[in-house]
Amino acid sequence: MVFLDLALNALASGIALGCIYALVALGLAITFGLLHIPNVAHPALVIAGAYAVVLANMRGIDPILAALVLTLPFYAVGLAFYEFYARAFERRGRGNTLQSLTLFFGVSLIVEIALVVAFGTDLRSVSVPYVGRSFELGLIVLPYRFLVPALLAPAVILGLWLYMTRTHSGLAMRAVAHDERALSISGHDPVAIKRHAFGLATALAVLAGAALVIVGPVDPFAGRVHLGRVFAVVVLAGLGSIPGTLAAAIIIGVAEAFVTAFLSPSWAPGVAFAILLGTLALRPNGIFGTAR
Amino acid sequence: MSISRRELGKLAGGISIAMAAPAIWTSARAQNQPIKIGCTVSQTGALAGTKNSQIGYELWRDNLNAAGGLLGRKVELVIYDDQSSPAQVPGIYSKLIDVDKVDFLFTPYGANLTATMMPLAKQRDKVAIGILTLASNDKVKYDKFFQAAPWGPNGAEDWARGFFDLAQTQGVKKIAIAAADTEFSKTAAAGGKRVCEQAGIEVVSYDIYPPTLNDFSAILRNLRAKAPEAIFLCSYPPDSTAMVRGLTEIGLPASVRLFGGGMVGPQYASLMQTLGKNLNGIINFHLYVPEPTLKFPGIEGFLAEYEKAAKAANVDPLGFYIPPFCYAAGQIISEAVKATGSIDQKKVADWLHANPVETIVGKIRFNELGDWTERRVLMAQFQGVDDSGLDQFRKAGKQVILDPPAFKSGELVPFAKARS
Repeated sequence: MVFLDLALNALASGIALGCIYALVALGLAITFGLLHIPNVAHPALVIAGAYAVVLANMRGIDPILAALVLTLPFYAVGLAFYEFYARAFERRGRGNTLQSLTLFFGVSLIVEIALVVAFGTDLRSVSVPYVGRSFELGLIVLPYRFLVPALLAPAVILGLWLYMTRTHSGLAMRAVAHDERALSISGHDPVAIKRHAFGLATALAVLAGAALVIVGPVDPFAGRVHLGRVFAVVVLAGLGSIPGTLAAAIIIGVAEAFVTAFLSPSWAPGVAFAILLGTLALRPNGIFGTAR
Repeated sequence: MSISRRELGKLAGGISIAMAAPAIWTSARAQNQPIKIGCTVSQTGALAGTKNSQIGYELWRDNLNAAGGLLGRKVELVIYDDQSSPAQVPGIYSKLIDVDKVDFLFTPYGANLTATMMPLAKQRDKVAIGILTLASNDKVKYDKFFQAAPWGPNGAEDWARGFFDLAQTQGVKKIAIAAADTEFSKTAAAGGKRVCEQAGIEVVSYDIYPPTLNDFSAILRNLRAKAPEAIFLCSYPPDSTAMVRGLTEIGLPASVRLFGGGMVGPQYASLMQTLGKNLNGIINFHLYVPEPTLKFPGIEGFLAEYEKAAKAANVDPLGFYIPPFCYAAGQIISEAVKATGSIDQKKVADWLHANPVETIVGKIRFNELGDWTERRVLMAQFQGVDDSGLDQFRKAGKQVILDPPAFKSGELVPFAKARS
């Protein structure tokens, strides 16, 4: 009975954790997976989103509702930042990986320091009525602070997948990842499409931020913990695969939960990379990636 | 050309004065120069939550200078940001000693950062006051190091011993230990395990988990299956929060009578406010709480001044944990300098080894390693906490001291009863 209790709960909390990891990785799946921009500042933007949600919540607004509204200003910030990046780097032919990495590390530090200056270094959290309560189904007991943000992930991913497969601009976004020149021949401005995609990725950061701050309190440096894992999720999924991001994140979440429950919690952080290494050895393009 | 004996004497006198003049001038100038104390503060990086230590230093400096300074000289602080990075620390302390020419040192916050500057302090023979740094002098054995925090002798193993002493007095037979994979937590957990073995308490589980772990429900479920009577937890703020929330979300077995011990987080205002009544029943370490048994001269005035400064600096509004001990670190230096009438490093160190120091955190006596001669880490139980906010924690009765016995301010309430 104890084994069954642990196994069922590990499965449930692993799926919930995976959904939350997917939400954090989604923006990176667009910037890194589709645009090939190594945006290591994405976790820092997620935490900036979490702080924006905390501010809204202090005025009594529900974190998820606040995040949905805040996607608009974050989208605008993403557009502006990509414009700067495109002018300063890509158009001058300096958009190579190393320079981009340096730039985004710098951006990540600036975001962290700005948060420290603006909010201090204390942990910040949101007040929601369901924190401290759990959803119970048979042996499964899952805290609502995991369940609620976890439910957000499939909804966002479904919406994004429909947008990218059923709309003109979504298809253009996927096309720019494959052949920028062919896209411009067809009458589209690749820079405008990439700018839009970057804005979308930044908007998704605030939704991920809301999910993280519901799960637990954050400080300005909380993004660093997630950096390695979100890259692992994106690469494991196959660069740019949106449904694959959810599947890869759930695989990692469930594996971590089982390792914590049945082996040792010390092994849990290494699980993502162990799975990544194993998968890349068998499928170099990731689970859902296709050869380019 | 011949020189008479008288002319030779005048010439020699002139040369002597010319040669001595810079030294006389420098010495006279030095008498007017401020006494400098140098340190780093983690203003950025993972330990930035400790940057309120700077308020403790600055209040000490301001109060001292307002009272006329030290030996008639002003006191000046030279503070740099170490970015919470051990790699930054040796270079900064070299600069403090060689370029800024500081007279005394405060160490960085904590053992990890301090370990990187202790050999330098010893090599340059500078008196260094340890800032909440655990066991940093155990291996270096520097005779001019003095600890501002009350870990006591053999602190590495015994700083959380009060929890196990309580467990023994409560007749606990089975204990579970869980600790974050960090030096501070692991040494406490290992020390606790040894105490349990000596006391005949069975350790039913001993989990070391990574500080980056996101979900602690599996750990709580495993603990539930082993039905311990006490759970000793050594955690950091994010995991402390997750565990405390897990108490209501997942639950603990009814057998548990004591929970907590080595949790970092419930000392900070932001988490105390966030967790509110969920803290009830938890017995945890602290260094200062506003209980009647800890009314040392000057502490209340300090906290009132701190509150104003903290508001302006946007840092922890309560400031019970670190800042009073930073103020006390300054007092350790100023009392020794006043008593010896000198900034001579040996005289100051010898005086501190031989005499107790009155500070806002009580009277401190140092042993040969510069640690407090008596452990005074508090084990305090949260009692009667509600969700009304921070002001309740400024009053007595919310964090009742159970150990050490000399400072006990109330009675232990069994875990389940305290939470009901």
